[in-house]
Amino acid sequence: MTATTGAKPLVNAYASGRLAKPVPWALLGATLLVSAVSFVFIWMAEPETEYNIAAAVFLGVVGYAAAIYVVSRLVEGPRPAMNRLITTLVVLTFVIALLPLISLMFTVIVNGLPRFDATFFTWSMRNVVGEGGGAIHAIIGTLLMTGTAALISIPVGLLTSIYLVEYGRGPLARAITFFVDVMTGIPSIVAGLFAYALFTLIFGPGVRLGIAGAIALAVLMVPVVVRSSEEMLRLVPNELREASYALGVPKWLTVLKIVLPTSMAGITTGVMLAVARVIGETAPLLVAAGFTTNVNWNLFDGRMQSLPVFVYSSYVSQGTNAAASLDRAWAGALTLIVIVMLLNLIGRLVARVFAPKVGR
Amino acid sequence: MTAPTDRNRPVQRLGDRVFSGSALAAGSMILGALALVAGFLVLQSVPAFTTPPDEISILGDKNLWDYAWPLIFGTIWAAILALVIAIPISIGIALFISHYAPRRLAQSLGYIVDLLAAVPSVVFGLWGGNVLAPLVQPFYVWLWESFSWIPLFAGPPSGTGRTILTAAVVLAVMVLPIITAISREVFLQTPKLHEEAALALGATRWEMIRMTVFPFGRAGIISASMLGLGRALGETMAVAMVLSATGLVTFNLISSGNPSTIAANIALSFPEAYGTNVNVLIATGLMLFAITLIVNALARIVVNRRKAFSGAN
Repeated sequence: MTATTGAKPLVNAYASGRLAKPVPWALLGATLLVSAVSFVFIWMAEPETEYNIAAAVFLGVVGYAAAIYVVSRLVEGPRPAMNRLITTLVVLTFVIALLPLISLMFTVIVNGLPRFDATFFTWSMRNVVGEGGGAIHAIIGTLLMTGTAALISIPVGLLTSIYLVEYGRGPLARAITFFVDVMTGIPSIVAGLFAYALFTLIFGPGVRLGIAGAIALAVLMVPVVVRSSEEMLRLVPNELREASYALGVPKWLTVLKIVLPTSMAGITTGVMLAVARVIGETAPLLVAAGFTTNVNWNLFDGRMQSLPVFVYSSYVSQGTNAAASLDRAWAGALTLIVIVMLLNLIGRLVARVFAPKVGR
Repeated sequence: MTAPTDRNRPVQRLGDRVFSGSALAAGSMILGALALVAGFLVLQSVPAFTTPPDEISILGDKNLWDYAWPLIFGTIWAAILALVIAIPISIGIALFISHYAPRRLAQSLGYIVDLLAAVPSVVFGLWGGNVLAPLVQPFYVWLWESFSWIPLFAGPPSGTGRTILTAAVVLAVMVLPIITAISREVFLQTPKLHEEAALALGATRWEMIRMTVFPFGRAGIISASMLGLGRALGETMAVAMVLSATGLVTFNLISSGNPSTIAANIALSFPEAYGTNVNVLIATGLMLFAITLIVNALARIVVNRRKAFSGAN
């Protein structure tokens, strides 16, 4: 929040005793340069090692933090110096958070592209040993199980949020709100164990079914849908509801024809994000649906592979050709990321394009 | 309906009754589902407690508590390490987005951090095992050479880098977006008048943040960290794929002997488990469920109390 004026008098009482604007940048450049040069010397002393860019940048930044503090303390005093140091650290944390994201995206794309081909999307792993093979069975399984989970959890979640916003008063509504919050924190593997325990009771021990995976995902998805739809329904202005009541429209029609259409864009976004969250879940599917190498279209018969579990099993049991298996894992990871990012993107686009027009 | 005494009562139509009934049913179903989750887990874990330990192969020759204790320790230890790394960084990011970044950039920067939350955990595991672990291994060697007098870095360093510290770093990256998102919202709710009053008294930006933003957002930071803790406790795949666990109880961060976590142990052992072994794993799952339930409930109580007296919302 620095307020600058265009005109600069020769002696500015407000600018004296302050560092000029380019000074921090110059300091940063200088420390980075010094650090880079000193690491060149280290590298020349031991030419067989690689030039350590990461360490050079790291040392340069740390040097900058120290330098800006000292310089600012000398020129501006201890309080502004502290301020500058904290500013440096805050910006630094953001850069640190970006590093894993960039590294992750980069490695997934680079390692995933070699097997991101037609074979990968048309072959299953049936009778495939070593190279080749694909993930069509996993993609089918993921679509079936996530779709079923969505079919279960969207009506339940939406109706619950309608209950909480439009009808719910008193202890039951408070209990539901609290337990939905608690349910958001259920570890995904516990949801998988629950689905497994449920179907063991019906079909006997050791059973792995696609529908069990779908139930586990639904348990994880419902609270997310409830939370996001509830927030969206609360955003609908009360004037709209009251106008509808004033015209004699019953409450259920008001909800159906006024409240829901107004908040539809937000609800769709929430559902998209919830699907994006559960489509990458591995642990519950590993426990409840197991893994297989075959295409399985039937949710109620036998094990079903899914994309995250495919990535996991390709990584853990690499078989005779470890490199080929690892390549498949990366390609699966790339596919997953593409799907998740697409869902996120579509969700945000829907929110932006179909948002109710205000001030009409 | 025509009687004047009835005019004050709202008209109940069939549609109304069906609609509110189904909404109520859906809401109750959630409570029922949560009760079912707890019920089935308890039911399925009973055999693990009643069967004599020497008849359960997965336990080796230990009893259930001796089997579960290193796992519980590992779960909590890894989660705490992850939080120690993640909390300062998340607060920094949240401050950067709410108070430091140019206003126009702030929202897109928020999206970028949210992207981290969208990455599936199995991809984090793949990345942590294949990229991060080899990357940090030389650093562990250096830590051991320089700081082996600290018990945390007693070493000897793992040759693969798949230690509990690496797993904690991956966990930290995964909980970052959660803590950041909540703290950011809380920081943005700081009353503008407080901030401006601090600045008007001549405070620097850091002093303004320390005097107005932090006191206002303290409860928010605490509850955000608790939610992050809940997430880190229950995270499965990232730990299962990164950590090479041996089941020791140790505070040593960089050696090749590491405690496993409950969730990772279930994921690794469940596909091959049979008979009462399954019940043992479900019993450990129940313990995990109980731990996360307590942590999350505490977090929610803190959030709700703050809402109640601050007048926000």
